[in-house]
Amino acid sequence: MRVQHDIVIVGAGLAGLRAAIAAAEKNKNLSIAIISKTYPIRCHSVCAEGGTAAVLREDEGDSFDLHAWDTVKGSDFLADQDAVEFFVREIPREILLLDNWGCPWSRREDGKIAQRAFGGQSFDRTVFAKDRTGLHEVHTLYERTLMYPNIVRYDEYFLTNLIIEDNEIRGVTAIELKTGDLILFEAKAVILATGGAGRLYGFTTYSHQVTGDGMAIAYRCGIPLKDMEFFQFHPTGLVPSGILISEAARGEGGYLRNKYGERFMEKYAPERMELAPRDVVARAMWKEIIEGRGFESEHGAYIALDLTHLGEEKIEERLPLIREAAKKFVGIDPVEEPLPVRPVAHYTMGGIHTNMWTETPVKGLFAAGEVACVSIHGANRLGSNSTAECLVFGRVAGERAAEYAMRKDFKHVGNEAYKEEEKRIYDEFLGRSGNESPYQIKKELNEVMDKYFWIFRTGDEMKEGIKKIKELKERYKNVEIVDKKRRFNTDLIYAFEVGFMLDLAEVVAVAAYARTESRGAHYRLDYPKRDDENWLKHSLAYYTPQGPKLEYIPVKITKWKPVERKY
Amino acid sequence: MLFRIKRFDGEKEYWSEYEVEVKKGMTVLDALFYIRENLDGSLAFRVSCRMGVCGSCAMKINNKPRLACETQVRDLKSDVIVIEPLDNYNVIKDLIVDFDGFFKKHAKVKPYLIRKVENYEKPAELIQTPKQLDEYYQFALCIKCGACYSVCPASATRKDYLGPAAFASAYRFIKDSRDEGKEERIPEVACDGGVWRCHFAAECSEVCPKNVDPAKAVQKLRWEAVKHSIRSLLRW
Repeated sequence: MRVQHDIVIVGAGLAGLRAAIAAAEKNKNLSIAIISKTYPIRCHSVCAEGGTAAVLREDEGDSFDLHAWDTVKGSDFLADQDAVEFFVREIPREILLLDNWGCPWSRREDGKIAQRAFGGQSFDRTVFAKDRTGLHEVHTLYERTLMYPNIVRYDEYFLTNLIIEDNEIRGVTAIELKTGDLILFEAKAVILATGGAGRLYGFTTYSHQVTGDGMAIAYRCGIPLKDMEFFQFHPTGLVPSGILISEAARGEGGYLRNKYGERFMEKYAPERMELAPRDVVARAMWKEIIEGRGFESEHGAYIALDLTHLGEEKIEERLPLIREAAKKFVGIDPVEEPLPVRPVAHYTMGGIHTNMWTETPVKGLFAAGEVACVSIHGANRLGSNSTAECLVFGRVAGERAAEYAMRKDFKHVGNEAYKEEEKRIYDEFLGRSGNESPYQIKKELNEVMDKYFWIFRTGDEMKEGIKKIKELKERYKNVEIVDKKRRFNTDLIYAFEVGFMLDLAEVVAVAAYARTESRGAHYRLDYPKRDDENWLKHSLAYYTPQGPKLEYIPVKITKWKPVERKY
Repeated sequence: MLFRIKRFDGEKEYWSEYEVEVKKGMTVLDALFYIRENLDGSLAFRVSCRMGVCGSCAMKINNKPRLACETQVRDLKSDVIVIEPLDNYNVIKDLIVDFDGFFKKHAKVKPYLIRKVENYEKPAELIQTPKQLDEYYQFALCIKCGACYSVCPASATRKDYLGPAAFASAYRFIKDSRDEGKEERIPEVACDGGVWRCHFAAECSEVCPKNVDPAKAVQKLRWEAVKHSIRSLLRW
């Protein structure tokens, strides 16, 4: 089957939904499709908890320059500063639009939008809706899309490929999960908003669905991935599940303690303490654990996140979700007892290489949100800048795609592309037999990533890790999908996702091994210093059948020269 | 422990049984993953966040709709765990039911903030006090997991009945101090498949994993509908 839309957006999280609205606002006559592998409000963006950073109160001392500086310093100077300056100026309007569309922002007594403290932010600028910010932002945007008759949704459609001819996008193919039919979407412009790649890791905050589909497909189509060696480890994943305990817990005054009861952050970041950026706090926690100052448990060592001094009223008002989650998943009420936490894979700083207008190297193909790397996060993203990024660059992508689509005509995609894809999926992939299980390969991949590409890295270990990933890729060629029927085949989808993750893991691994310095979240015990002379540059990984080929491009610096990073 | 799971492959219904070793802290979702990864790759179920936020994994567990991710196996205090797809929906495969109708019904009640004047380029900050926020916040917690709809007797008997989740959403916007769309929204909820069809079984509120209390929303909406009719009559 074949359908046609001016713009096809893949992914229905914050960035995708925001892009759809922006395109619809730009032109009521454009036909806009949103394809996503889940229903829109089942996306991973709903798991964002703490908030969205925005300069709302210049009269109270905040400024765009301050937000930009915090972001650039947080990034360990790898962010592109022109993009950061643009980003901080755009986000306040997004907060106000969401206010006008119904987002239940938490409020000050005077009825104005409230803001809270967050790691690495030198002003209390994180706008929030209790600790369910992502949930409410997503629901608000989803509900808003219902007002535009020119936005059409394809819920539970799984992206399988991009169709590119003469370096120009022509459309995408996707499986309608309900029937198992392959659908060809012809489009003038395509926006990828499929999120990060967090399920590469075993101990992770990510939803099960976050498998890097869009990133991997773009990569296989020849589009470079930027800065993939930078993976964020959030300090506080609930042990043992990895469920996110928001940074807001520390923003509201929570302490981190080792088994001696010490607030050990005073050794590592005496000024900012628990509210230093995530890379700094995660490393400090990991060091405490390695050196034997963590608590022991059957699920491994952990650090205590102590909220008991905040009181029930504050916790219930500001952090109700994490209280509920802690009670339900580990049977602990944070009002009474500290929570067991440990650093956890949380965010993909890298992604599809785009410029600050969300344009990829392929004409008509845009990328926004976590799938993309603009880059505004550089080597380490600050908390509450990711939902902000989705809103700002989702909007940019929607507008740019609309402008692009308005000046283009449809170009017919031949039947061969469709037939080839159908053969690839159903005959060659679903139809084949083999003796490897995708579930087993995924499990082993997670073990490799958790062991060799975690918070502290070394060349020797990473080399071993790369070898293991390559072995897994070989074994994957022999994978068999048990369920042979087309109807809602989750077995088939899973096998696809594992293939995507293997490619992305290889990119993360090879780029990390190549970068012989420590910067932001990429920390090497064998190269513990930042090396601006050789490494103040973005990596670009290009697909080749033998593995990723790396190139480098300079960082854009406008106002802020790199200096030593202290907190 | 024995897990009995109701299956459907598009043609026939059948039951599968699996033996799973249950450890402390294991959720029903963990058990389903264990089954799929080790015993039967063809078992289909929906999953995403595994932390009770996304609403993907509502299913009937020991005869009650629950989120599989939030349900500890040991808390069920049962020797056999029986898992079925949600009632009142068409089953697509195994535990996966068709939500298209559910989302269409939700969209019908105009579940979005309506403002008479909008400024997309230069929006203004709207003022809402914490007290005004509390007026509707509980109803904004609905994650559209569909559990309420699966136990609703009115939804079971009338195809056009909008259902508890849609009404909770309508009420959420009517009570939002920033909203100016009440007059447009009320006719949508007071229509033929609307609030007057509710049987007041209140099962919806009973099973809601997020304590949204849709039954209360329905009750309040009826009163809003009455006031709306009186206002219309007076104007007429």
